[in-house]
Order: sequence, then C-alpha cells, then structure tokens
Amino acid sequence: MDSRRRSVVIGPKVRQVGFVTPNADIPGDGSGMEKEVLNLTANSPTPVTIVPTRPVIEVPQKTEPVAVPSPSTRRPVDVEIPSAPAGSYNPADPVLEGSSLPSSKGGSTINEGYSVASEGAAESSPLGKPGTTTVGFSERVKHKASDPTIATVPAEGGVPGGKPVKGSKVSNQAIPALAGVDSKSSGAPPADGSKPLKERTSKAERRAKQEADRAAKQAAREGAAGTGAAGGDNSQPKNSKGKKDVVSEKKGAQAPERKGTDKSSEKEKKMEVPAPRLQFDDKERVAKAKRRSLVEQTETKNRVELFRHLPQFVYGTQLPSLEAKFFQDCATHPHPAVYKVGLQYLTGDIVGGNSRCVAMLMALRSMIMDYETPAEKTLVRDLVTRTNNHVNFLISCRPLSISMGNAIRFLKARIAKLDPTLPEVEAKANLVAQIDAFMQEKIVFADKEIIKHAVTKIRDGDVVLTHGYSSIVEMILVRAKEMGKKFRVVIIDSRPKLEGRRLLRSLLSKDIHCTYTHTNATSYIMQEVTRVFLGAASVLANGTVYSRVGTACVAMVAHAYGVPVMICCETYKFHERVQLDSITSNELGDPDALVKVAGWKESALVGWAENDQLQLLNLTYDATPADYVSMIITELGMVPPTSVPVILREYRKEPTL
Amino acid sequence: MVAAMPDCQASVDDFVTKLRRRQVEGSQNTAKQTAELLRLVISNQRLPNVGQAAVLIDVVKTVGLRMIAANPIELAVGNIVRRILHIIREEDVSLTSPAVPGVSVESDDDESDTKSSYSAAAVAAANRSALRAPSLHNLLESIPDPVKAPEAPAASVADSESRSRSGDRNSVSWKLKHNVIEGISELLQDLENYHSQVAEQAIEHIHQNEVILTLGRSRSLLQFLLEAKKKRSFQVVIAEGAPKYQGHILSKELAEKGLQTTVITDSAIFAMISRVNMVIVGAHAVMANGGVLAPVGMHMVALAARRHAVPFVVLAGVHKLCPQYPHNPYTLLNDMKSPAEIVDFGELSDCLDVGTGGQSTYVVNPTFDYIPPELVSLFITDTGGHNPSYVYRLIAEYYSPEDYVLQ
Repeated sequence: MDSRRRSVVIGPKVRQVGFVTPNADIPGDGSGMEKEVLNLTANSPTPVTIVPTRPVIEVPQKTEPVAVPSPSTRRPVDVEIPSAPAGSYNPADPVLEGSSLPSSKGGSTINEGYSVASEGAAESSPLGKPGTTTVGFSERVKHKASDPTIATVPAEGGVPGGKPVKGSKVSNQAIPALAGVDSKSSGAPPADGSKPLKERTSKAERRAKQEADRAAKQAAREGAAGTGAAGGDNSQPKNSKGKKDVVSEKKGAQAPERKGTDKSSEKEKKMEVPAPRLQFDDKERVAKAKRRSLVEQTETKNRVELFRHLPQFVYGTQLPSLEAKFFQDCATHPHPAVYKVGLQYLTGDIVGGNSRCVAMLMALRSMIMDYETPAEKTLVRDLVTRTNNHVNFLISCRPLSISMGNAIRFLKARIAKLDPTLPEVEAKANLVAQIDAFMQEKIVFADKEIIKHAVTKIRDGDVVLTHGYSSIVEMILVRAKEMGKKFRVVIIDSRPKLEGRRLLRSLLSKDIHCTYTHTNATSYIMQEVTRVFLGAASVLANGTVYSRVGTACVAMVAHAYGVPVMICCETYKFHERVQLDSITSNELGDPDALVKVAGWKESALVGWAENDQLQLLNLTYDATPADYVSMIITELGMVPPTSVPVILREYRKEPTL
Repeated sequence: MVAAMPDCQASVDDFVTKLRRRQVEGSQNTAKQTAELLRLVISNQRLPNVGQAAVLIDVVKTVGLRMIAANPIELAVGNIVRRILHIIREEDVSLTSPAVPGVSVESDDDESDTKSSYSAAAVAAANRSALRAPSLHNLLESIPDPVKAPEAPAASVADSESRSRSGDRNSVSWKLKHNVIEGISELLQDLENYHSQVAEQAIEHIHQNEVILTLGRSRSLLQFLLEAKKKRSFQVVIAEGAPKYQGHILSKELAEKGLQTTVITDSAIFAMISRVNMVIVGAHAVMANGGVLAPVGMHMVALAARRHAVPFVVLAGVHKLCPQYPHNPYTLLNDMKSPAEIVDFGELSDCLDVGTGGQSTYVVNPTFDYIPPELVSLFITDTGGHNPSYVYRLIAEYYSPEDYVLQ
C-alpha cells in the first residue's frame, strides 16, 4: 500500500532519472507515460513482469501452406543487414551445418513466407525513407482489416490476455466469455485508469491475485499431469467452473502488471544500477515466471548445485510445444518473425552476439511494421508492452545476451520517446528507421572502425592466436590478409561447439595459413604466438571481459607468456554490470553435448543421467579478469580495460541512446 | 661394452620395438616392464670371477641405453635403469666392504657388543660415503670412522682385489647376483604398491566438503580419491582432458563409487577454479628441478590455480623422479600425436583442396605440458609429501651421481 502511494506521489519527478528520458515533459497522457518509464526500469535481462492489457497480435494470415518448423530444419535466416560487409554476421553461413542434424525442407516454407516481409523492410531500411515503408504498411493494414479474427475480439479496454502459459488454454471460445464478464469485473480497471480507481480496487485486487495464484497452481498441477497434451483439453475444468473462475484468472493476469510497476517505482531511485537478474534458485519467482512463460520446459536432471541460480532445461523439450503453437491464433501469440527467431535461438541456428542481436532487431522491426494500435490505446504504451512480451518469449527460448539486452533497452527508450501526437504510420516508420540506424551505426559501422584499428596491430611475421569463432576477428584477419600482410593464424578450439572449425574453414578459403588445436594445447602453442585477438560477448564496467567459455584460459596463458591480448568488441555490448567470476552469471548449455566426442564411436559418459552422483556442466561463458587484457579495441578507439567505465559513462550520455 | 646374453636378446628387442611403437604406455606400466626385463637380463648374465659388478653395470647400461633411445619421452625407462644401476652399486659395496680387513662383521661375532656395533656403523658409513655425494648428513656420520671411510670408495672400483682376498669366491659371486635380483624384485614390489602408498596419505590432504579439481585420469589419482572417500565426503570436478577425454572414464568410475562428480569442458577450468579448494593431478614425470611433465592442459590448470591461490598438488611415484633437468621441455620432452585425434580424417578435405595455394594447415596435438616448479605446491610420493625444492635431494637418495648421465 505504502509503496503504491509513493509511486503515485513521486511520479513526474522521478521520471527524469536515468538516460531514458532526457526531456521529461512529454505532453499528454501523463499516467500512461509514467507507466512506460517505470516499465523501462525493469527492462531486459530480468523477465519483465508486464502482461499485456489487451494483446491483439494478429498473425497475418498467409494463404500459402506453411509447414511447421522442425528441429531438423537448419535453413539459415533471411535476416539481412543493409549493406553489411561481406555478410559476416549472416547466419546464413552454411559452415555450421557440417555438424547439424539431417536437414529437411520442412521449415523452408516458413522462411520464404516471412522473408518477403523482411526483405521488403530491408529495402526501405536506409534511414528515413518513410515513403516506401508506408506503402508496405498500408498493404498490411488492408490485409488485416479483412482479417475476420479481429472482429471477434472486443475492442473495449481491459480484456486481459491471461498468463501466457495459459494463453493456449484460454483459447478462442473463452474470449467471448471474458468479454462478457469484462464490464462487470471491478478488479480490471482500464490500464490507463486514474489513480483513485487504483486505490479503490486494490483490496479486491489482492484477493483476486491470491485466487489467481491458486488457480495457477492448480493449472500447473494439471499441466504436469499431461504435459504433452495440446491446448484445449486442459482448459476444460476451468471453463466448467464458470464465470467466477474466469474473472479471477483475468484479475490475476492484471495483478502482476500492477505489481511490476510498484516494484519498479521502488527501484527507480537506483536506476543507474542494472536490474538484478532472475535467480533460478528463488523458487517463488521462478514459479511465477514459469506461469507467465509460453514455453513448456523441463528442468534437466542432475543439476550442478553451484549453478542452481541459472536456468537449465532439457534441450529441445521446448521445441515441440513451440512448434505446436506456431499457428495458434492466440492473443498473446508472438509475431511470426519473432517466433521464427526464437526457434532459431532454441535450435542453435543463430549463435554469436552480433548475429543474435541483429536477428532479434530484424524480427522486432517486422513486428513493429505489422503493429497496429488497438482502439483506445496509445501506441507508445501498448508497443512497449508488446515488445516486452516478445522479449519474454525470446528469453524463454534462450537467455538474452547482454548485447541483446542493450539493444532492447535502446528500442524501448526509443518507443517511450516517441511523440504521442505522431500518426501511427509515421511513428512506426520512425521506429523502423531508428532500428536500422542502430544496426548500422552500432554494429556495421562499428565493426568497420574496429577492423581499421585492429589491422594496424598485425605486422608482417606475426602469429595471431584466436579462440573459437568471432565474426569480428574473422573480418580483421581477412582484412589484414587483403592488405597483403604476412602472418599466420593459430585457432584454438574448444568442445563441445567446436566453433573454431567454422573460422578455420573460412580462413582457409581466404588462403590464410592456419594452425588448429584444442584448448589444452594453448600452453604449447603460445610460445610461438605474438598476438592474441579475441571476441567478446560483453565488456563489463570493471573491465571484465565476458565471452565464450575458454577465452579466460587463453587470455591467462597469453598473459603468462607475455603475449598481448586484444579484445575486439563494439561499444554497444558494454554493460554497467560488474562481475568477478564466471559463476554468478552465466548460461548453461545442454549437458548432453559433452557426452559425444567428435569422431569417437563410443563415449564413457553414455547414460550419465542414470547416476545422480554424476553431473555434466556445459558452461557457455566465462569472465576474463581485466588484468589479462592488454587492450580493448572498440569503434571509439583502442582503450585499456580500465577505461571501460569511462566509455560507458560517455556513451550513455550520447544523444543517440 | 658387454652385450646381453643371446637368450634374452630376443625379449629385449621385442620390448624396444614396443617402446618405439608406443605400444607400452603409462609410466607405471613401462617402469614395471623395464624392471622385469632387466631382472631377466641380469639373471641370465654369466658373470666372470672378477669385476662382476662392472660387468653387470655394463650390461644394464647397454640394454638401458637401447630402451631409452627407443622412447626418450618415457622417462620412466631411464629412471628404472638408473635405479637398477644404483642397486647393483649398492649391493656391490655392501658385499665387498665386509671383506675389508678389520671391519668384517662375521669374523667379529664372538667379540664384545660394542665392537660389533661399531663395525656395523662403520660399514654403513662406508656404504654411504661410497654411494652418495658428500652432504652435511654424511659428513657428521662418517666422523666415528675416519680411517676406514676413505678406503671404501675404492672398493667398488678395485673390488677384484678385495674379492681375491675373500675365501669363498663362488658364494660371493652368487650373492651379488642374488642380491641384485632381490633388490629389483623389491623395486617391482614398490612399483606395484605405490598407488596404495600414495593413497594412504589422502586422508591428510582431503577435508570434508572440499571441492577438488582434476584433469584427465590417472590411476593413483583414482585410488587417492577413493581412499579419501572412505572417510570424507567431498566433490570432484573433472575436466575431460582433450584429446584423450579420460576425464570421462574417471568421472564414471568415481560416480559409481558414490562420489559427487561434475564433468566440465577443458575450457571451463578457469571459470570453475574459483570455487575449488584444491587441484590434485597425476604426473608423467618429475624433473630434477621440481618441474613436472604432465598431460597436456595441465599448465593451464596450474596457472589458473596459481591465479586463485588454489594448492596445486601432484601425485607422483618415486619411479617418476627423473634426475635430468628440463631443457626446452616443450620440444625435447614432448610427443606429437596424430592430428586425427583432433580433426577427423577428411573433416577438412573440402576446404583444404579448394583453399590451398601452397598454404597448409597444421593441426597440433602435443602430449605433455611442462609445469615449472614455482606453480607446484606439493608432491605427494610414496615416500611422503615433498616440496618441489626438495626433489633434487630425493633424487640423490635413489640414484647414483655417476648414473645421472648415462652413456
């Protein structure tokens, strides 16, 4: 109660804190804006606690038959960065396919279906060509208007989407019921409702939330009973209970939103501090997050105690449920482009900080292009919620990388800053242009700049060592070769991903002399190495380099041998967070990936899960201490790791972000 | 040089071939086979009446040099050859010194106790001074017998003279061989038991709830951990140890015995080491300066352990002590294995014949890492725990200085 009141009181003043809203006086719709800004504080890595008040994502109905994507479809994305150099992020690189499952043509139709949209978008991408985009939009708008599903959804405010978990269960037949109840339900005020209304209903709300929790628990139990069962049958018992249950459910959906705003208002003061991540050993919050998530996940067996706080799910268990839901015309359903990208994250088709970020931005871009403001809603408000939903979906596919978190933060700040008086078409064009600009400036141009800097560090006769596959390092080496420098490359590879082979192939095709070996031989090979170039997933404020696992080992050995270690990283990947070890925050990969040794017929670890004393740990990242790093090469120049906070400080001031 | 007797020539040849083909692997296994072979050679060797020890030493050296040349990386062969030479020298001295007039224990048995004990001490002192480099220890002990001690060193060289003086020649010649063979059998027994002797100390080093990291697999390590498991409950983190991935096997073995085991990739060593209390690893060889030759990747582990101030403990049998100093160990004491262990044949064939314009790809697969002594916290051997700085002294105890360089 107290916190709620305070949030109301401090509203306008606190809004100015942080980098999000330099100009605090946004005209009109004060309460709505407040909410947006508050939402922003709870942004990225933590799953945002906001549930859409009126989720109406219409999947544009394509007439052509679309196949369900299967895990075996390894067809690369059609994501294109406008004028990307050499297509280096392009996940379309077929190299990775070497190790892949047998690919079927199944998913290709999907890609084709949506590549039309994304290509159309790509054409209009060079900054601010609203003309072309609008044409695209109008077409889409027409398409939507003819869509019959839109009519079934009542336009009045306050139809909650339910929790996404149940999104499937509260299927179409439930929606009219909801709509009917809607007007009576006291606990579901219009989301942009005024302050007094909030206070009046708070008690009822709490009761409603309790009920909802109970209902959710029951649902979870039911869900556990029949996990594989698709949508409809689970909703049966709930529906039979009649109106009251439906109401409570609806309220429950609303409650987390309110709660989210409260929490963020408390956090508002320390907005500079990045939001704490969801700790997966916190049972309550995990249960809450589970209810919200669209994806059904099974926790892996034999978890490593030390990493309880990180999510780990049985690889591929999400996939079937996701595939089944692809065509679901549910209100909370993510945009197909986002859905596709999510599946690609899940299957590991898109990897690498830059490519994941670009793919996500492209997907969100097409989501925005297809977006249309529901009646009695403001675009600014609704779009942020919508974005949060999509991001949550992506998180449930694979935890966000820091670069993606930064990009999302940027996007949401942009949406929040939109002029509410702007017509919808222009606003969307504006956003699309902003996203394009972000990709261009922060990734494409930044990489070009980094290459320019880094190439000066390669001299004739150098032996350059690198680890795994980093797109930027690859571009640097190729560029150096093009400049006629005489050097050779040592590639250190590590299990289980063996990403280094991708680099090896690509460098061999460029006629660069390579030496290839595994992580353990680093000490041996380091004696002949003169330079170490490494990519990074992120650089943290204390200079720690957060990167693919093994980077720290390589940097440490290089340090021991007195070889300079250069980290190549775009500044958009920098993050204010600090970290001392690789355990507090990390990502757990599929443990089963360790079992199979490439080229071996049998492995001692087959059937490891049967012994509960035996655990396999497949870490994805590690943290390299700053003192192993000689230099960080960014688009802003070559800086020591101690200068990272300086860059962060200056960079956040930048008007573009 | 005296060649080995023809009847054991065949088995020597066989073993040398096996060594050359790397069909004998693992230092304990190699050491055992070497000792057995040399025992065979010695027992088949016909000895002359005079200069028996010299002949034996010659034969062992000849065979030993062949074996060392067959696999210079397997330092255990050289170590065992040196140990056996040392046994021969020691036995020789202990046999000949009673023959030195006035110190014979047997002749003095009817005299007073003090006299006999005095003479026994003199024999011991003579032995020591004959076989070991002078040290503070020896200097103090040899004080009671200043007259006899100088005579003794000459004994092994001029043993023919003393031998000719002794009444029963046959018994002495038989005795030397017998004693040497007994000594070798004892050595074999030690080799057999060294795992359990190392493991006995486990309880002193592994504490309740500790987290122990290791890389790859070694048998002494397995026994060490299992021994500790009897009394304590703790966790083991095992890096799989490319390219052999023996960590997988070790993890399975430990987990079956009920030990909490976590397998990590080699690249995650740095990430995990911050939560580890102790690193315990097996070694391939321990050099005279206290440096360690260990399976590839161990240097990385040692560096990471040093960074996080985690004790780096090496389990090593005495047979792994090598009296050589490492000179360029990464090149000279290393073995390059087949690249097929890292990249499958044909894996890169597509891009190799497209891309090569004279450029070739190297795939490097070294076997060993060298860990400098400053990164090692402790050696646990079958004779107890030692510092790296004490290794040189251990070596002086097990080898004769004249055998450090065999030629």
